[in-house]
Amino acid sequence: MTNAISVSGLVKSFGRTRALDGLDLTVADGEVHGFLGPNGAGKSTTLRVLLGLLRADSGTARLLGRDPWRDAVALHRRLAYVPGDVELWPNLTGGEAVDLLARLRGGLDRRRRDALIERFDLDPTKKGRSYSKGNRQKVAIVAALASDAELLLLDEPTAGLDPLMEVVFQDVIGEAKAAGRTVLLSSHILAQVEKLCDRVSIVRLGRVVQSGSLTELRHLTRTTVEAETERPVAGLDALDGVHDLRTENGRVHCAVDGARLDDVVRLLAGAGVRSLVSHPPTLEELMLRHYGDATGGPDAPDATGRTDGGDGGDGAAEAAR
Amino acid sequence: MNAATTPPAPARASDRDPGRDPDRAGPLTGTGTLLRFALRRDRVRLPVWIVALVLGTSTTAGSFPDLYATAEARQSARQANSSPAALAMSGPEHFLSDYTYGAMLAHQMLGFTGVLVALFSILTVTRHTRAEEETGRAELVRSAVVGRYAPLAAALSTAVLANVVLALGLAVALGGAGIPDIGWGGSLLYGSAHAAVGLVFAAVAAVTAQITPHARGASGMAFAVLGLAYILRAAGDVGTDALSWLSPIGWAQRTYVYVDDRWWPLLLCLAAAVAATVLAVRLAARRDLGAGLRPARGGPARAGGALTHPVGFAWRLHRGLLFGFAVALFVLGVAYGSVLGDAEEMVGDVAALEDALAALGGASVAESFAAMVMIVLAVVAAVYAVLAAARPRAEETGRRAEPLLATALSRRRWMGSHLAVALLGSTAVMALSGLGFGALGAATTGDAALVPELTAAALAYAPALWVTVGVAAVLYGWLPRATALAWALPLGAFVVDYLGPILRLPEWTTRLSPFGHVPRLPAESVAWTPLLVLTLVAAALLAVGLAGFRRRDLEMT
Repeated sequence: MTNAISVSGLVKSFGRTRALDGLDLTVADGEVHGFLGPNGAGKSTTLRVLLGLLRADSGTARLLGRDPWRDAVALHRRLAYVPGDVELWPNLTGGEAVDLLARLRGGLDRRRRDALIERFDLDPTKKGRSYSKGNRQKVAIVAALASDAELLLLDEPTAGLDPLMEVVFQDVIGEAKAAGRTVLLSSHILAQVEKLCDRVSIVRLGRVVQSGSLTELRHLTRTTVEAETERPVAGLDALDGVHDLRTENGRVHCAVDGARLDDVVRLLAGAGVRSLVSHPPTLEELMLRHYGDATGGPDAPDATGRTDGGDGGDGAAEAAR
Repeated sequence: MNAATTPPAPARASDRDPGRDPDRAGPLTGTGTLLRFALRRDRVRLPVWIVALVLGTSTTAGSFPDLYATAEARQSARQANSSPAALAMSGPEHFLSDYTYGAMLAHQMLGFTGVLVALFSILTVTRHTRAEEETGRAELVRSAVVGRYAPLAAALSTAVLANVVLALGLAVALGGAGIPDIGWGGSLLYGSAHAAVGLVFAAVAAVTAQITPHARGASGMAFAVLGLAYILRAAGDVGTDALSWLSPIGWAQRTYVYVDDRWWPLLLCLAAAVAATVLAVRLAARRDLGAGLRPARGGPARAGGALTHPVGFAWRLHRGLLFGFAVALFVLGVAYGSVLGDAEEMVGDVAALEDALAALGGASVAESFAAMVMIVLAVVAAVYAVLAAARPRAEETGRRAEPLLATALSRRRWMGSHLAVALLGSTAVMALSGLGFGALGAATTGDAALVPELTAAALAYAPALWVTVGVAAVLYGWLPRATALAWALPLGAFVVDYLGPILRLPEWTTRLSPFGHVPRLPAESVAWTPLLVLTLVAAALLAVGLAGFRRRDLEMT
């Protein structure tokens, strides 16, 4: 399988701010790749370098096998972009803006355009200044998807969309994936990424700190285990990779490193399991592991506290959904 | 959750504080805070305008005693400025009755600096009213404890404050300079006359800001009123005096400051400003935040074929500005053309002028007047050239360039299409002004040959306008944040090429400006070499600018 995007060691500074600090990213052909990170992590900068709008200070970037800076125009015929902050021309209608963007890209499938306008419930006759943020976003999404681009670069495309439109967006990206298109989806809406993406890269302070399928990423972190046993579980505290162990009224609660799960389950089974609840780390927990450490390093030993901080994580998950 | 269900009892208690009683909050609540905020935002802009106006005026006034040391010199200046053409440029003839230094200053400068004061007053008011609404920032502000008319009141107060400071600055700088015949009383009136013009146009901008939903449109409409006021006073000062009495600039000039020192014409300015402010408030009461007076209309759901071509698209973005300047320059040309006949008649009347003509190498009064008018027209066309050439900058920082440049549209074609409109547009508006000048000139002198002659004379400035576009392109391509430095060209052309002879600047200074290299048609004959050189320089600048833009990062902040 070839790679639609391969980036290595990308560095980009704006004055004293180092926006990208040796960023590596690989997106395979035909995959939907989630690009996760908080505001200011370097997601938009990466996309703009890939678009040839910014020139990297150092490092290499290949897009569909070509140089995004030198071959920008040729590449742009094969890709479509939705910026995170869509600004429209105040005296042009949304319909005109869609046609302008799509035709300048090299072509417009009229039927698909009209169908998308219908699905996203967009009024194309309104002038740019009278659109809300969500509607401006829709204009850019429709313009991007109305063309036959092989590669979609989407920078937090659904910011400002209502939940119904979010569902439409997920359907449309699903169709794009089925049609074999490659998608790089920058987002901080974890539910969206979990639903749509084959693989995920987590970016922080201008570097990708973790990359892989969701399953792989989950493997790297801790699974929460809660069990009620007939007898007290012996030896659990002596095991490596068991964190946050608590025992109350015969209930055991702990967080287990992926590689040690088997050992823990054996010990529990020996003590007679009455009930067992185990859940893999949510994406929130993955994110918190990388971002929830304003004071310590990302791999600080007490990271468990945060991984285990179910309340905060779930709260964030609810908010995101 | 908890916070939401807690009864807001503590808040109620503080509401009863008489000073903060919401029931007593009126439509002007928050004006003071917004005024301080506006002054903070304009802490550089306003002082620069004021200092520049005060310094420019006091430098000019200070140069007079050296330039016109003898009564003879003053007499010849009086005669040079007494032709109808010169009156159309400067101000009413009554100033000439006793041409002291003060009268000279008021006659030659008040009309121009009054326009500049009006410009900055208009821009100040639209910046703090309609521009805020257009960007959506006003929504945020108005959602706070801010009355309906507070932003308008704060914007007008900012303009009033700036104008009062300017008036005092002018009074002190001129009154304290110790120039003969420029005393304290006259100087206070001189400053107040500027402030009065500024107040009128601040209030006019307050009205136009209610009419259209665009800040650009609001400024443009107010500029149109300003242009009309200037033309009315020009027409009135040459012909029917009554026309000048329709113009706020005319009122300011009819104080006959340093000659008669009349204060009462300024009451007309004050009354007009109050009337316009009342109208603005009435209009503001009739509309929604962010909306114009008329409801927004829909438009086509699909783009026409021309729009999706880069040049067609650039044309769409530029056409409003271009039409505005085309009309303004045509009307300005027509206005000057209408006094061209009078200029011709002066030859027999003023003996001293014949000496001046000899210096111009045998050109007629009409021809040398036409050559001088051409500079003014070229300066206005250069203002258009800079505005048009700087449009890519506004598109880029407004984030509207980003989605376009992510399509198959190359940077060279995107910027090139904007520059193409700027090049052709500035050429067209310049030619139109020459055409209007020539057409009315032909009508008043009966010489039909003036139409092609003056159109050609105007077109001779095209290469200088292209250089202006080229300079803006280089700045935009290499130092985008410094794009505004391109304003040095129209400003420099005005100071060096138009005011230069009045201020008796040394000859070499005109060589600094591309406009100084243009042959002074029709007073001089055509010289192709400088035009060709200017064209080549323009081409080189454009190429360098485009190359720079292809190499740099897009700025999206």
